[in-house]
Amino acid sequence: MKIHIKGARVIDPASGFDGVADLFIAAGHIVGLGAAPEGFHANRVIEATGLVACPGLVDLSARLREPGFEYKATLESELQAAAAGGVTSLACPPDTDPPLDEPGLIEMLRYRARSLNLARVHPLGALTQKLAGERLAEMAVLREAGCVAFSQAEAPLTDTQVLLRAMEYAATFDLPIWLRPQDPHLARDGVAHDGAVASRLGLRAIPACAETVALSTILLLVRATGARVHLCRLSTRQGVEMVRRARHDGLPVTCDVSIHHLHLCDEDIGWFDTHCRLTPPLRGREDRAALAAGLKEGTIDALCSDHTPVDDDAKQLPFGEAEPGATGLELLLPLTLRWAQEAGLPLVEALARVTSIPARILGIPHGRLAVGAAADICLFDPEGTTRVTPQSLRSQGKNTPFLGQTLPGRVRMTLMDGHVVFEQGGP
Amino acid sequence: MAPNPQLDENGRLRHLLTIEGLPAELIHTILDTAESFVGVNEREVKKVPLLRGKAIFNLFFEPSTRTRTTFEIAAKRLSADVVNLNIGTSSQTKGETLLDTVDNLAAMGADMFVVRHPESGAAHFIARHVAPHIRVINAGDGRHAHPTQGLLDVFTIRRYKGDFRELSIAIVGDILHSRVARSEIHALRILGVPDLRVVAPRTLLPKGVEELGVTVFHDMARGLKNVDVVMMLRLQNERMRGPLLPSAGEYFKHYGLTPEKLKAAKPDAIVMHPGPMNRGVEIDSSVADGRQAVILPQVTFGIAVRMAVMSLLAGGGGA
Repeated sequence: MKIHIKGARVIDPASGFDGVADLFIAAGHIVGLGAAPEGFHANRVIEATGLVACPGLVDLSARLREPGFEYKATLESELQAAAAGGVTSLACPPDTDPPLDEPGLIEMLRYRARSLNLARVHPLGALTQKLAGERLAEMAVLREAGCVAFSQAEAPLTDTQVLLRAMEYAATFDLPIWLRPQDPHLARDGVAHDGAVASRLGLRAIPACAETVALSTILLLVRATGARVHLCRLSTRQGVEMVRRARHDGLPVTCDVSIHHLHLCDEDIGWFDTHCRLTPPLRGREDRAALAAGLKEGTIDALCSDHTPVDDDAKQLPFGEAEPGATGLELLLPLTLRWAQEAGLPLVEALARVTSIPARILGIPHGRLAVGAAADICLFDPEGTTRVTPQSLRSQGKNTPFLGQTLPGRVRMTLMDGHVVFEQGGP
Repeated sequence: MAPNPQLDENGRLRHLLTIEGLPAELIHTILDTAESFVGVNEREVKKVPLLRGKAIFNLFFEPSTRTRTTFEIAAKRLSADVVNLNIGTSSQTKGETLLDTVDNLAAMGADMFVVRHPESGAAHFIARHVAPHIRVINAGDGRHAHPTQGLLDVFTIRRYKGDFRELSIAIVGDILHSRVARSEIHALRILGVPDLRVVAPRTLLPKGVEELGVTVFHDMARGLKNVDVVMMLRLQNERMRGPLLPSAGEYFKHYGLTPEKLKAAKPDAIVMHPGPMNRGVEIDSSVADGRQAVILPQVTFGIAVRMAVMSLLAGGGGA
């Protein structure tokens, strides 16, 4: 299949290219940018004037719920959601049932994803067996099976000796570790940020120091071991400040923030809206401002969807009993665009946070539009809008705090490996 | 922020879920209505037919004797049919969801739910879910709110002290876990109390409590100085030993209300407690039974206030 994408504004954050150009695709790859290669005859010409062509989005955290939680979502439903959201590569955390701690599970997941052929799935392996925080998982073997990094997901790792050994072992093989900094004792039983909102609503609180105490431990162990660590979903102002200093000191750490924490704060909980029951909890206004500033200046490298489909029954409960999580794959691009508008950032810089930079963190050769690269492309209408309704979401999870909102931008078409995995007709 | 879901588009009370956001006039209407019911409770035949034919379900997902009983008495004095359900020990343990429970009871013809639940926000959640004709009264949700307790407390203060706009009031004890404290704070702020204090060790204060409009004190001598009203809170047994407090004895030494500590308050100050009391933990018996205590009148007024709330929610007025 040879495709000619005609007249789009091509934005490639990896090279900084931003201009109207034609794209030529053959055999799954980009074979021409601007001028067609000699003898190129397209099977399909896509008229894309007025649209933006950017690399397919790379999402650093998307739960697909397989194996074990198929009543919440399936690989098929969530990879369709990815395609509809312009996401062509995603990392999925290991907190499935059973957890992703054996090569067979990784191989099965990758095989299922490949046969669906909608998006590239990069599993994160469990850092410890069964995510129990006691014995190391077979990281090197899991790496061979296709794990890009190792993570505890939301499972606690209370034993700092295990964490130290995990880092030393991972550093031996140059394997990255992904950690969400949270001290399980300080966060115990908590459901909301420790601030005026939780105090007023009487919600059990998680203090900011639950993040910073864990972060401090992690950063000191990184200093001691030289392990490469990616910090997942920072949520506090103090956390951003600590990462800024650590990077200034040259520590090998990267980090991300979720679309929810970038755009929302604890005040959005209103009168106990369980859509805002999230992990980590939505923090205060100043935290949100610090996260946005950190993402803009580059202290925070990437923006992720933290896609976590939850079934309706698990949200139809009082706030503290509701399951945390929100669907996000289909909101990643619109909320990146909204942030770009608010931050006054050129598209090419904003899109870097969801394409080239997360691809670099994952260590994958995607997230760029260059001759020779795989043709993973998101075509979107920057003037269009996305209205978030349960009907419009392809994800099986219909829960998001953005329900009912109209967000900027609309994905028109997604290509993965040179074939169309999503195509939208009219408005 | 989203509008308070307990008021309809005309600002009338649809449910009573929290005191936060209630207009002062509405609170005074409730208190005035309650005054008319105090008389009923002193009559020989303590019954008015305002809620005849209405079915009120007491839905208690948490054990309670006093609150449930006063709601039951209030409903019966209004001639309603009352059904008491102790859900903590029945369907929830069989795996039925909260919404299924509520739907089933609604199908039995409930007109009003009186709900107590251990999770903050449970009453809001039920109120959002039920059919429009069903009324919900929050009888305590987690740490969030206990609005009828807050109302009976301000009713008591109004009776003994008159104008709220000249009062100094201290709330003492476990503010962090207390839905009573939160409801009292909202009610007293709305009614214009200019000097509202909370007195507690740091472990029993929620973060940012000042934003609710209170001044924080950590010691009794300063916290009670020249106050007109001392509102004590109950300290739960499980919180007396552990990371929050070292012991009941140490707590009593610093925060227990004794005659000596009470001397800091005005000579005519009243002492209140929502009950049940832990004598010798948060309050000394000589204070609890002393001339300044209005703890038993609180209980009596509680029935009139709950009658007023039920009557107003059902579209009626006073006696």
